[in-house]
Amino acid sequence: MSEDEISMSRPSVGEAGRTGDWRNSRPIVESAMCLAVKQGKVTCQICWAYCPDGCITRSIGPVIDLTYCKGCGICAQECPAGAITMVPEAEHGVCALDETSEGEL
Amino acid sequence: MATKILDLPDSSFVLPGNRSCAGCGIGIALRQITAALEGRMVMTVPASCLTVLGGMYPVSSVDVPWVNVAFPSTAAAASGIAAGLRAIGRADEMTVLAMAGDGGTGDIGIQALSGAAERNEDFIYLCYDNEAYMNTGTQRSGLTPAGARTTTTWAGKRENPKDLPRIMEAHGIPYVASTSAAYPTDVYDKVVKARGITGLRYIHMNTPCPSGWGFDPKDTVRLGKLAVDAGLVVLYEVEEGVFRLTGRSASLAKSGKLRTSVAEYLATQSRFRGMDVAAIEAVQSWVDGRWAGYVARDAEACG
Amino acid sequence: MSVMTGNEAAATAAKLARVQVIAAYPITPQSPVVETLSAWVESGELPAEFVAVESEHSALTVCIGASTVGARVFTATSSNGLAYMNEQVWWAAGARLPIVMCIANRALAAPWNVLNDQQDSMSERDAGWIQLYCRDNQEILDTTIQAYRIAERLHVPVMVCYDGFLLSHTMMPVSVPNAESIDAFLPPLAAPLTVVDTADPRNIGPVVMADPRADQTGVVRPGYMELRVMHQRALLEALKVIPEVDAVYAEATGRSWGGLVWGHLLDDADVVIVAAGSLATQATVAVETLRSEGIKAGVLGIRSYRPFPADAVRKALAGRKVALVFDKALSYGYEGPICADVRAAMLGADSSPPVFGAVCGLGGREVGPEHVADAARRAITDADTGVSIRETDWINLKLEG
Repeated sequence: MSEDEISMSRPSVGEAGRTGDWRNSRPIVESAMCLAVKQGKVTCQICWAYCPDGCITRSIGPVIDLTYCKGCGICAQECPAGAITMVPEAEHGVCALDETSEGEL
Repeated sequence: MATKILDLPDSSFVLPGNRSCAGCGIGIALRQITAALEGRMVMTVPASCLTVLGGMYPVSSVDVPWVNVAFPSTAAAASGIAAGLRAIGRADEMTVLAMAGDGGTGDIGIQALSGAAERNEDFIYLCYDNEAYMNTGTQRSGLTPAGARTTTTWAGKRENPKDLPRIMEAHGIPYVASTSAAYPTDVYDKVVKARGITGLRYIHMNTPCPSGWGFDPKDTVRLGKLAVDAGLVVLYEVEEGVFRLTGRSASLAKSGKLRTSVAEYLATQSRFRGMDVAAIEAVQSWVDGRWAGYVARDAEACG
Repeated sequence: MSVMTGNEAAATAAKLARVQVIAAYPITPQSPVVETLSAWVESGELPAEFVAVESEHSALTVCIGASTVGARVFTATSSNGLAYMNEQVWWAAGARLPIVMCIANRALAAPWNVLNDQQDSMSERDAGWIQLYCRDNQEILDTTIQAYRIAERLHVPVMVCYDGFLLSHTMMPVSVPNAESIDAFLPPLAAPLTVVDTADPRNIGPVVMADPRADQTGVVRPGYMELRVMHQRALLEALKVIPEVDAVYAEATGRSWGGLVWGHLLDDADVVIVAAGSLATQATVAVETLRSEGIKAGVLGIRSYRPFPADAVRKALAGRKVALVFDKALSYGYEGPICADVRAAMLGADSSPPVFGAVCGLGGREVGPEHVADAARRAITDADTGVSIRETDWINLKLEG
């Protein structure tokens, strides 16, 4: 009997497809305001901690995976430095594959 | 010492691009639950939002062993997996984690949970309480708060929610905790603590749900915290019968008062629209009574 | 040679099969199985995990969980207990878990009745389990052991059914095979198909869509219907595996139970009585009486009810004058389940006799060899007068309904 006779999935990123297509607005990071960037070390990391989908890196200045970011806005809401703003998708159009939002240094 | 955000490990067991709603409280918590267990776990998951988050065959979205089970059966399935692992000599390999919603825990699943608790089965049971049957479209559960409108309580639920952690305490299990997905470090610490205890460990986790509660997804963490500030959600743990408040709830008790009124909290979510002053006051007085009880228990334990 | 009840035989078989996890909830007339096994676990005579579950639904669930990680499991129930776990009966089968469950057949409520009939297991006949019916306590012991080998070979759960009280509580001589011979017949459970391993994290039993769907590597995996068809095919393969296992068991112990069906004085029989369980044993006494009256009667015993042994039934009934099928159950609104299945199997078959149905024994209503013989005489009379379709013959009904 083969494994195919029972249903056992394997994990993968993007199980639900490009969930980035769900969003109405995307998070834009203003690096200059990010506490980690200003201090040059891995500090704060609140946006990383609160992203429900694990789309934000734990780093000096967050890198947000726009292929999968659903645009919930929690990162923008919780950032203590106001470094993240939710900007309507209409201003950006369709995003390219593997696009990330990490802001300019 | 309570863990801080910067101390949390950078794990990635919950994979992006899963099927949960934007802003889902479960995702925030599950990242830390899996981190606390270092992925060395097997989850039993009944029909619920979590099932959907887990993915549709043949692709899944959470990088840990996971067994889907029938709706009423979560605690019994976990009991079976734990017994099976012991029988085949693999119990040391992984923690068994039963993770179900409020319906799967406190309503349809309560019998199996009570039985497992009475037998002091060896697994962690974590209830993610989004306060209604969310996966099927927001019907009321026994954990839905008074006044909340759901698709089966169109005029607002009449009854106060069941106190599941207290019910579990009454079973005499070694660890009972109440936490919130809005405080992922509190969730992390409680799961780490639970991991080191043998027997039935029950963790009740309030889990804000933008879709079902009626708020903008950006406010998941903010409102989860507001509920704690209002005393509607209390962070605590009971270890071998010894009670203590934790995190923000401990600070609030120390400060002598809650930070937010129930009215202020209820105004943030459309599910509470239509609650009249009398109904709100009734909830406020219910909260005040309960909060006084928690503060007293905490004071007694700390001396 | 020991003397033991059917329940003790079932428990003994579980012990010989070296089951590793037992979860069962007591219900009349199965309770002594649970009691016996828990005593053996407590004394250490049976080194297994015994989970004293709080309901039958949880009993089968614990078995599902333990079986998923690769432990050999056992449970047993009856009547309303089986009805209560119905959801999980379907789950276990669809999940393709090699669970073995003994059913001490008892009538279903409402109204309450603790006595024997076969309605409980018959009500689960669609769920995708193998169902084997036992005619005496020796067969209970042997079949329960065989059930593990069948289940683990096909990844299909097996229900071993035996009549409540008539077998469960009746003492009979039973030869208990030695542990070595059973260990050789039934090695430890090989690694399960289900993977529960942190090195290869899988999501088991997720939502499956109607249509096949590609995985992340592009391989197209089955949809729900394909999975169900594979399950059905495994049940049809059981038609071969059940006799094979019975034959291997016969080599190990000297006892064979006929595989799918068995016959008594069948070769030249004009009237064939078809039945499952202890009733079939009583039928053998009835046919001896009928033979002494010059009636060429014989018994076709149904051992495997699911998968239904259609070919074997067609072969056994071809060319007979009449077949009389006994049921201790009803598919309410239609007729006895075994009768319906036999008649359907005979449709279009060569030289098919009229197939008549008799329903007996509901709620423990007595049925003995004389009732069976009488019914056979009525069936012969009807067949002789050219009846081909006939209403159900109610056996030993005492008041006009």
